[in-house]
Amino acid sequence: MAEIPDEEFILKTTSACAGCSASLILRYVTKAAGKDTVLVVPACCTSVIQGVYPNTAMNIPVYNVAFASAAAVASGMSEAFRAVGKKTNVICFAGDGGTVDIGIQALSGALERGTDFLYICYDNEAYSNTGMQRSGATPLGASTTTTPLGKKDYKKDLDAIVQAHNPVYMATACSAYPVDLYNKVKKALSIPGPKFMHILAPCPPGWRYPSEKTIEVGKLAVQSGMWVLYERENGKLSISGASKAAMKKRIPVSEYLKVQGRFKTATEEDISVLSEHVENNIKKLEREVEGIC
Amino acid sequence: MSAKLAISKPKTGASGKTGSWRTFKPVVDMDKCNKCGNCYRFCPDGTIDTEFNIDYDYCKGCGICVEVCPKKAITMVRED
Repeated sequence: MAEIPDEEFILKTTSACAGCSASLILRYVTKAAGKDTVLVVPACCTSVIQGVYPNTAMNIPVYNVAFASAAAVASGMSEAFRAVGKKTNVICFAGDGGTVDIGIQALSGALERGTDFLYICYDNEAYSNTGMQRSGATPLGASTTTTPLGKKDYKKDLDAIVQAHNPVYMATACSAYPVDLYNKVKKALSIPGPKFMHILAPCPPGWRYPSEKTIEVGKLAVQSGMWVLYERENGKLSISGASKAAMKKRIPVSEYLKVQGRFKTATEEDISVLSEHVENNIKKLEREVEGIC
Repeated sequence: MSAKLAISKPKTGASGKTGSWRTFKPVVDMDKCNKCGNCYRFCPDGTIDTEFNIDYDYCKGCGICVEVCPKKAITMVRED
């Protein structure tokens, strides 16, 4: 395991909510990436938490761009850096709204072009920046300001969409496992070509749980199998540490749901559908690890 | 060429002294502390240093450090 540097690239402090896991993720992503990095940030929480002009808490270059264009901007930027022989890391740091809904065409294009960059989607499962509206990444049964009685549709399977583009490296991570997250970002940046990471980011005000539970909620997501930590190198799947245990023995999905206020309106049926979904997903991954499909 | 661009400069306290957001502040009991580093590792804002001193100018009082401490060496105390 690599030693995590003490140097911080996010100055004290961003204006993120207390207990924000996007802040925590940003801390580790920048630690792993180091000084020679440019962040491309489309509209998302990260574009508003940087501080008040003319000051910023970000001690590395950040380029704030329009919602739909993050991956397209990163493509151009990466090409320009490589053309002058620079190895600068180009990282898109986008929320779930800017990835699964609005930014997906730019992401698809950049992956297809083989852009040398890392796309990070930190997923808090709604448009939290604007006050918690439903996004394509909101799970079934979760209430948001636009789905007050709980979402009736499934969460979009972003990882399957990205996987279909065959990126050189893709991984999932969670803010509750920062060392795993750090190692994955480090590994991703050591490989040339298009890389993608999907990071679960529990959100205290949006998911309606007390701010001190951020780490616990993230761990419950992994322990219940609602979130599976894995990485794919050139398509080859390997399940990461914390999720290996969850593949064998899981806590009930309801344990994860009951700590969050957003699932208060979820019906018994919603919970059983989610549990079934988790079982199916894990079975599918298990078969893939064993090389059956 | 001196075109005016909207470029922000890095600065500590770019969002003001966020410590004023707190209603409860975390206090470390160094006698109980086993220096595992969990509080430093999990602080979302990096307000705890490697010697486990908390920067109260910027700590937002989220309470994550209290939850992740295996020795229960950190407690939340109401602000005056």
